[in-house]
This record gives sequence, C-alpha cells and structure tokens, in this order.
Amino acid sequence: MATYVAPVPQIVAHRAEREPRGWTSWITTTDHKRIGIMYLVTTFVFFLLGGTEALIMRLQLGAPENTLVAPQVYNQLFTMHGTTMIFLFVVPVWAGLANYLLPLMIGARDMAFPRLNALSYWLLLAGGIVFYASIFWNPPEAGWTSYVPLSNAIFSPGGGQDAWIFLIHLTGLSSILGAINFYATVANMRAPGMSWGRLPLFVWAILTYSILIIFAMPVIAAAVTLLLTDRHFGTHFFDPANGGSPLLWQNLFWFFGHPEVYIMILPGFGAVSEILPVFARKPIFGYKAIAASTVTIGFLGFLVWVHHMFTTPTPIVILIFAMLASFLIAIPTGVKIFNWIATLWSGTIEFKTPLLFCVGFISLFIIGGISGVFLAIVPVDWALNESYFVVAHIHFVLMGGAVFTVFAALYYWFPKITGRMLSEGLGKLSFWLMFWGFLATFLIQHVLGLDGMPRRVYEYPNVGHLHLYNLISTVGSFILAAGVLVTVLNVVRSLKVGVAAGPDPWKANTLEWFTTSPPPVNNFDVIPRVRSVEPMADIRREVQRRTSGSTEPGAATVPAGVTQIGV
Amino acid sequence: MLSLFTTLLLAPGAMAFFTPGSGASPNAHEIDSLYKITLYIALVIFVLVEGALAYALWRFRARKGALAAQIRGNTRLEVGWTVAAAAVLVVLAVFTFVKLSAIQNPSNSGPDGAKLAGQTGVLYASSERKLPPNRKSLNIEVIGRQYIWQFVYPGANQSDGLGAPYSYEEMVVPTNTTVTLDIVSADVIHSWWVPELGGKFQAVPGYHNYSWFKISKPGIYRGQCALICGRGHARMIATVKAVPPAQFEAWLSYQKKLITEANTDAKVARAKLNSQTGAGAVENP
Repeated sequence: MATYVAPVPQIVAHRAEREPRGWTSWITTTDHKRIGIMYLVTTFVFFLLGGTEALIMRLQLGAPENTLVAPQVYNQLFTMHGTTMIFLFVVPVWAGLANYLLPLMIGARDMAFPRLNALSYWLLLAGGIVFYASIFWNPPEAGWTSYVPLSNAIFSPGGGQDAWIFLIHLTGLSSILGAINFYATVANMRAPGMSWGRLPLFVWAILTYSILIIFAMPVIAAAVTLLLTDRHFGTHFFDPANGGSPLLWQNLFWFFGHPEVYIMILPGFGAVSEILPVFARKPIFGYKAIAASTVTIGFLGFLVWVHHMFTTPTPIVILIFAMLASFLIAIPTGVKIFNWIATLWSGTIEFKTPLLFCVGFISLFIIGGISGVFLAIVPVDWALNESYFVVAHIHFVLMGGAVFTVFAALYYWFPKITGRMLSEGLGKLSFWLMFWGFLATFLIQHVLGLDGMPRRVYEYPNVGHLHLYNLISTVGSFILAAGVLVTVLNVVRSLKVGVAAGPDPWKANTLEWFTTSPPPVNNFDVIPRVRSVEPMADIRREVQRRTSGSTEPGAATVPAGVTQIGV
Repeated sequence: MLSLFTTLLLAPGAMAFFTPGSGASPNAHEIDSLYKITLYIALVIFVLVEGALAYALWRFRARKGALAAQIRGNTRLEVGWTVAAAAVLVVLAVFTFVKLSAIQNPSNSGPDGAKLAGQTGVLYASSERKLPPNRKSLNIEVIGRQYIWQFVYPGANQSDGLGAPYSYEEMVVPTNTTVTLDIVSADVIHSWWVPELGGKFQAVPGYHNYSWFKISKPGIYRGQCALICGRGHARMIATVKAVPPAQFEAWLSYQKKLITEANTDAKVARAKLNSQTGAGAVENP
C-alpha cells in the first residue's frame, strides 16, 4: 500500500476554521464526527470486555464438569456478555458509525440536534459505567433476557439486577434520542437533489433502524420500570400470586427484543449494500428492492415476537400466527441476499478487506437465516429452543451477521475517519482468523444443541461427544479472538504509520468521499447537487470530462489494479 | 463430492449428528420427521445459494481487461426469486400443518398399556389440555422447583387432594401407555425437556402447560431443565424410567403404601405428642 497513488480527481473542501484541541474539546464537543469517534471507541472497548467474558465461558466449557468458575460467576458472565454485546456494542456501534457518516452521506454539515447528539453519547457511557460498576458488588445473573420471577427481588436480591435495569433505561434513552436525531436529520438536511430514491442504502437502513428504536425502546423501558417497581415498591405486575403474570414480561421483552434483532442487523445490511458495489465496480443490483425489503423487514419485525415464546403456555393459534409471520420475514431477507449475489455477478471483484468481511457476512448469514427458518417452525422449535442450536443461530446472525458487517464498515470507512489506510495484510489475516475461528466456534454448537445440551449451563456431563464438540468450540473461540486482536493491532498501527488515504481511496459512490479525510469541522464548503444514487461516480465522471479534455479518457490517472468504472 | 456428502448424511450414525434426539415417543418421532423434511429442503437451498456466491466470487474476480457490467436490476428476475422463496415457505407451512396434530394431540394407549379408567385424577381442567380420543391417559403433574423436578401421580386418597404418590427427579411410567403431563412451577420459570420424548415446555408460575408422550420400549430417558432458573440450573436433571405396566402398578402401589405408612406414623406421633403434657404439648400443638 506504500506505493498507493491517490486517484485523480481530488476535490478538496478547505478548512473553514481551526479545529478545537485538547481533551476538554472532546467533552464539550457537539461535532457529529467527534461524537461518532467517541461512540466507536467506547463501544469497541465494551466489545473487547464482552468478548473476554465469552472467552472465560468457553474456557469453563472446554472440559466436562469443569470447576474453573463457580455457577453464579458463570451466570454473571453470560448475563454480562449478552447485555454488553447487545446494549453496549452492536446497537450503539451503529449509532456511532451513523453519527459519523450519516450527515456526510447526505451532504449535511452536522446532525439536526447537535447537543442532543452529545447527550445521547453521554447517556450511553453512563449506562455502561452503571452496569459495569456492578462487578464490584453483585453483577446481575438472570441472563440478558432477565425473565421474571428469576429477576425479581426474591430470586435476585442483589443490586446487579437494578444496575441492569438502569443500563436499559440509560442506553434506551440514548438510543431513542439518537434515533429521533437521525430521523430528523435525514428528513430535513439532505443535499439538494437527494430525493428519497437517491438516498444511500446505508441511510435507508439507519432510517429504518431509527424508526424501530422509536417504537420498540419505549416498550422495554416500560417493562424494566415495572420490574423496578415490583422489586422495590411493592407492585405485583409480574407476580401470579397477586394477579400479575410472568408471561407479561416475556411478551413485553420480546415485543422489544425481536425488533432489536433488526435494529442490530439492518444497518449491517445497509453497510454491505454500500460496500459491495464499490469493490465489484458495479451499481447495486435492485436498489429499490433492497430499500423496500429493509422497510418491510422493519415492519414485519414487530409481528413475530411470539416466536421467542413457542414453549410458553400460549394458545397454538397465536404460535401459528407468529410462525407464518416469521416465514414472511425470510422472504425480504432472502431477496437481499439474492440482490447482493447479483451485485457481485458480472462485476470485477477486488478482494480488499472490506469486501472479504462483506462476503464472509453473506456466507455466514445464509446459514443463520436457514437455521432461523428451523426455529420458526413451531414443533421443530420445541425440539431446538433454549438449546445450543439457538446459541449457534443467534451468533450466526449477530456475530457472523452484524459483527462481521461492523468490521467491513470499519475497514471501509476507517480511511475517511482517520485519513489513514488500514493495512491490507493485517486486515486479511484478521478476516481469515475471524472467519475460520467463527465457524469452528459456532458450527459445532448446532450439533451440541441437537445432542441435548441446553444453553446457559455452567457444566455438562462427560457423555457422548459433548466434550469433543465443546473443546472444538473453545479452540475456535480463541482463534476468533486472535482475529479480533489483529484488527485492534491494525488500528493502533495505522493511526501511527498508516498510509495517507486521500479523500476517496476506494473510488466509492457516496458523498462522504467528496470531502477530505478526515473531513473538516464543517464537512463541506460546497454541497454538490445530487443527480443519482451514486453522486461521487457522477462527480468523478464530470471532473474527468473537464480535465482530460480530448486526450485518452483518463487511462493514466487510474491506479494499477483498479478497474476503471463505467466510462 | 456431493455424492460423498449425501452418503455421509444418510449413514445412520451421521444422521444423529444432524438431527435432534427422538425415537422414544410418537410426538418426538413426528417432530424429528418434520425436522428432517426441513433439513433436506434447507440443504438444497444452502448448496444453491452458497454455490452461487462462491461461483460469482471466483468467476468475476478482477482480472486485467475485465469490465464490470453496469446492470442496475432485473425486475423479472427479482420477482422470480421472491416468488420462489415464498413457494418454499408455503411448502414448509403445509408440512407443518400436516404434522402438527400428530405432534400435539395424544394418541390412545396401546393394547398392552396400563389399564386406565376414563380420565381420573384430573387436577385442573383447561381447554388447552389435550386428551387422547378415548379420553384415557395417565396424567402426571410435573412441578418445577429450584433445582429439582417433582412428579405427582394420580391417586389422591384424601378429601383435600393430598396423599397422591410422588417422586423426585425420576419419573416412572408404564410402557405403551399415553402419559399426559401437566407442567407447573413452584417458584421461577423452568422448562421441561426430555429430548427423546418430544419438545420443551415452560413451567411458568401461575400457568399450566401441557405435553404428552407414549413410550414403547422400556428404558431410561434423560433430560434436564432447559431454561435458566438460577445457580443450580445445570444440575436440574430429569429422567423418565419406562417399565412394563405390571411393574409400574407394583411401583405405584408400593409408593402409596409408603405414603399411607408415613401418614399413619405421623398420626401416631401427633396423637402421642397431643396426649403429653408440658413442653411437648406447647411445642407441638
């Protein structure tokens, strides 16, 4: 990469004002880019914490009847791991990326409500601190789903459960405020000419993410408030002995919990829809179908929560409805996968790290999507639910799915955020370690579930092949962790010695590549008029037309190995 | 390659690798066959889609002189694969509806099953509760509690419903007999799961959940609580021991005898304490 030649055209937006410096400027900032960076750093720290918790669990399960950690510690670990990864990593990491990128992609100079934006970040950090402070006292141990009665004051008297409730309140409020901000920004601050039909697909995804958050998060906020008053103020919302219902919790939790799944994965779908065309050197296949399927998935996501409750005492008619609604979701999801493959088809695919993570995501998500159909079938779910099959499924869609797309996005947008390229060699090493490590960890877990191993057990007997399968999974998890560490090293290394990226290192399609890397405080001095879904492709073509004149069209200005796009 | 894969898949040992525990009860058998239908359809889709992805990556990798086709979509193709995806799911839904009643609804006991009266010992009535067509089943109440399963058999001999035989951790049942389960909880939510006898069902405080099984082969079937219920969750195991009906009857009457004896002993002890004066009378009113 040292010999990288920045492509012509170079369009530079001049810096309008001096950037504030020093650590206080970070605390007081309302700049969406700085807030985005703080989001990204914070969430990655939590990602590493959540990953460490997972590794300790895998160590415990590496041998049958292992005594590395006590039962309550194991329960605390899986509660912290699930909660961290969902509420402190995957959901807010998209808020971080969207914070940084969304105004740039739509040609805006900041978010609609910059101070509210800063508040969103600080609420997230507060939630994380409140939650992690509990490790010095009594961490929660009722699982990230915190089913009552296990999470009530009788069965979970420790303060950790309350810390969990406050985490949900604080990060939930953070997400709601962020979502309102994203929605208002997209609705009002798009560049001239950027109609809804020219919105980048990542922005479509963030828009849907925001709407899902606005509808789903208040429900979990209400549910945990009921839990809080049950625990401390003598109410009986979930107490069957006093007219309450433990199933009310499950209904409220999953009414939020299933849209939450799409809150975590839809932005990843959006990122993939941005990245694939750039490295296939081809427009996205079926822009409208992808945008429409994003919105459809978002809507259907609110109808299927009961598929998490197939084993509860709920009338079969309702279960069947949830099954059919879940089947329906498989259709737009499948459509997306077909569209991505069609985008690669007949392209000229450059195997850069962001593309590898996208393709890795698609191949893993196909498996996660198919195992999801198994779980949607009511009687089959009776056999698979709450077993390691489910653990495998959620990790295929959330780790192989969402987290791989986060890494694709990181490798793709890191040059824009820092002005430096990440090392391709380390990036590819990281990808292959993560990919094979992931498969080793989670593929075998389907079989563990089929062999009757329930999830959330701190030990298992040495019968059948349980030991062998668990050992494979444990070894895989450390390979996966090594892959993540390589990316951490890559980031640290590139911040110091990374090759300068220039404004548009990938010859990409969207407006964020129109400004410098990193962009100045005001993002753009001049906001261009948008005439298609690929404004940068238009701009490059126009610049080339004006600069190359009558000479051979731009052959000398294209860096080696980069195929010229449609001239 | 593909044929090798198919051979591996169809080998009896390998099949267990790909399928859930089953085979001891008709409902588990039906779940297993529905799972297998899904698995075969899924494998075809898996190979097609991953194959298309791998082919595209290999065939359309960047090469000198190659130009990317600037295609933006193809409505006919896109409608086609949407309809195809929907069709597969319709097929799966049809298979599920075909199998559902055999999984949910208990069948009659076999001719050599335990002799049962028309439904007796019903502790609770509910529209969700399923009985076999002849309404004869052995109904066992399954009570989940931290961290042990309790099983209560029909045969309460006292007016207050007490005196029924019960056991902990190991459920003893007669073979070839339809056993219906009434699943409840005494504290937090648990989940009843013996893989070879059908699916999981949550034991939720304040609710009744129902399942059934009919075992043809004597033996011991193992399972454990499937839903996190606290620190002892991993050790909350359940076994179902299927024995010939005569042996079951003997076991059950022995349990009844033990309970009657224990009740008699307690009665004697109470009478003795009541007749005493002084400290004993105060402490044991």
